[in-house]
Amino acid sequence: MSPKRVIEVKDVVTRFGERTIHDGVNLHVNEHEIYGILGESGSGKSVLMKEMIMLLRPTAGKITVLGYDVTDISYEEAQELRREWGVLFQFGALYSSLTVAENIELQLKEYTDLSKQLREELVRTKIAMVGLAPHVGALYPSELSGGMIKRAALARALAMDPKLLFLDEPTSGLDPVGARNFDKLIVELRELLGITVVMITHDLDSIFSIVDRMAVLADKHVVVEGDLKNVLQSTHPFVEAFFKNEYTQEKYLGKIKAENVQ
Amino acid sequence: MNSAYLLYEDHEQYLKLISKGEWTIKTVPQIEKLLQKVPTDRKIIWDVSGVKLFDSAGVLLFIEYLERFQKHTEVKVVGYTPKQQEMYNLLVKSMHESVPPREEHFLESLGKKVVGLYSDFRDFLTFLGETMITAFHVITHPRFFRLKETVYHIYQSGFSALMIIGLTAFLVGMVIAYQGAVQLAKFGADIFIVDTVGISITRELGPMITAIVIAGRSGSAYTAEIGAMKITEEIAAMRTMGFDPYNFLVLPRIVALIIALPILIFFADIVGIFGGMVASGLQLHITFGMFVDRLYEVLEVKHYILGMIKGPVFAFVIAAIGCFRGFKVSDNTESIGLQTTASVVNSIFLVIAFDALFSVIYTELGL
Repeated sequence: MSPKRVIEVKDVVTRFGERTIHDGVNLHVNEHEIYGILGESGSGKSVLMKEMIMLLRPTAGKITVLGYDVTDISYEEAQELRREWGVLFQFGALYSSLTVAENIELQLKEYTDLSKQLREELVRTKIAMVGLAPHVGALYPSELSGGMIKRAALARALAMDPKLLFLDEPTSGLDPVGARNFDKLIVELRELLGITVVMITHDLDSIFSIVDRMAVLADKHVVVEGDLKNVLQSTHPFVEAFFKNEYTQEKYLGKIKAENVQ
Repeated sequence: MNSAYLLYEDHEQYLKLISKGEWTIKTVPQIEKLLQKVPTDRKIIWDVSGVKLFDSAGVLLFIEYLERFQKHTEVKVVGYTPKQQEMYNLLVKSMHESVPPREEHFLESLGKKVVGLYSDFRDFLTFLGETMITAFHVITHPRFFRLKETVYHIYQSGFSALMIIGLTAFLVGMVIAYQGAVQLAKFGADIFIVDTVGISITRELGPMITAIVIAGRSGSAYTAEIGAMKITEEIAAMRTMGFDPYNFLVLPRIVALIIALPILIFFADIVGIFGGMVASGLQLHITFGMFVDRLYEVLEVKHYILGMIKGPVFAFVIAAIGCFRGFKVSDNTESIGLQTTASVVNSIFLVIAFDALFSVIYTELGL
């Protein structure tokens, strides 16, 4: 039995004026996997993610998320869908006028009838879950470091216990140790909560260690989709340049080859 | 000619140019002046072995003049070090890759501006449409109304503005009275100062002064707040969480200002007339008692009402433009400034335009 598809992108075309960003993009994301979207800058990774989360509309094509066709969805359905996912923006996008705790609590307050006490407990749990100290809840976003902002934003994305998590470059701007811890956290959350994760990333460490499947965007198309082995078989110039340069060869591919030999 | 950076020896067949000392960003301007004077009627031998210190600016200068000399005569460069050669290779590449700056034809920029104006107008209509849809939705589903935000904005745009509105209105009232007093005293019509002040403040100046101060104070704040939220992606984050920014950001601001502005106008009317009273007392020796008696006689309620009707209209204009301009902010910090300026300019202009429209309507209706 093939696994359940959480997201399906079919023949998506995106144009901004005369500029074509996507010209027939196809991919799908299976349940419970960590799915990476790769590509050079300007290849339309962020645009594709924005189309999945209904911030932009594709010019043509169809995107299905958790069973809803987001290119043709009613207001009520859209509102329901929005409660089932969490989004982590590249720079956090925490509401600067609210404290971290209030940021996390906001959706619970708006969308649920939970008591104040229960809400506060939930907020505390989420803060602990992403590895922040309890006192961070009382701070404002401007008082946080880059890494803390990402963690707080992740806690907010997890507030409604979503089934699906979108991450836009989760490890960019973090120090190497922080980035690896963040990777570990994402894997833990996947195991613990059974969520599906879609992430835009450039981080080779993430790609080689936590991403299950990925799509490589280049030349307005998905040039290759699949797990690391499939992707490495591609001879597309971007894949060649990204994965088969001296640095990656030395640091990662040697390791993979060694594993394969065993 | 000699200097610390460049020497040249004149020979019969050639000119020997000797660079020395520091060729760095600090000394380049001086060196350039020297290089300009180098004659190019003979073959040049350029010895750069004496250069002790150089940076990219120094090497760029060297490249530029080398090419310039080469156009007129034969040049031979001697004595360069491998490091200089490396820097030369690096810079010579980037120099020739430069793209000529794009020149925009007058008609092209004019066309762009016209199209820009048109698309601004269309976007504004879209914005108004979205706002109306949200307003309708909230009217039919009152539980979605953001009371807390609305109250907050009433406080921010209304209560906090009392001081500045009061001060402005007081001064305007005084100025009107002083100016009027001089003219009226000539006719011995001193007491008519009460009519002048009372009617002009309640009917025209109170609403307009208040609207202009609020446009500068709150309209700009709305643009900057929403614009900053757009840059930090807070608005995108709201959308992904299902929080409609029109309901969360726009409607509370518009409703708050529609409530707050008439109250501020009422306050401005009182303080403005009081300013006129003080000035009349000082200039024409009309006592407060006389002033109030006369005011009671001549100031019909209709003038006050006609002034107050403008309040909600001005409020809507200011808040709508302020929010609209905020949404127009694009992903750079410069555009916050541009949009905030545009917001204040647009809303002050529209306030005055609407005020003129009101005057025409009132006159036509014989009010």
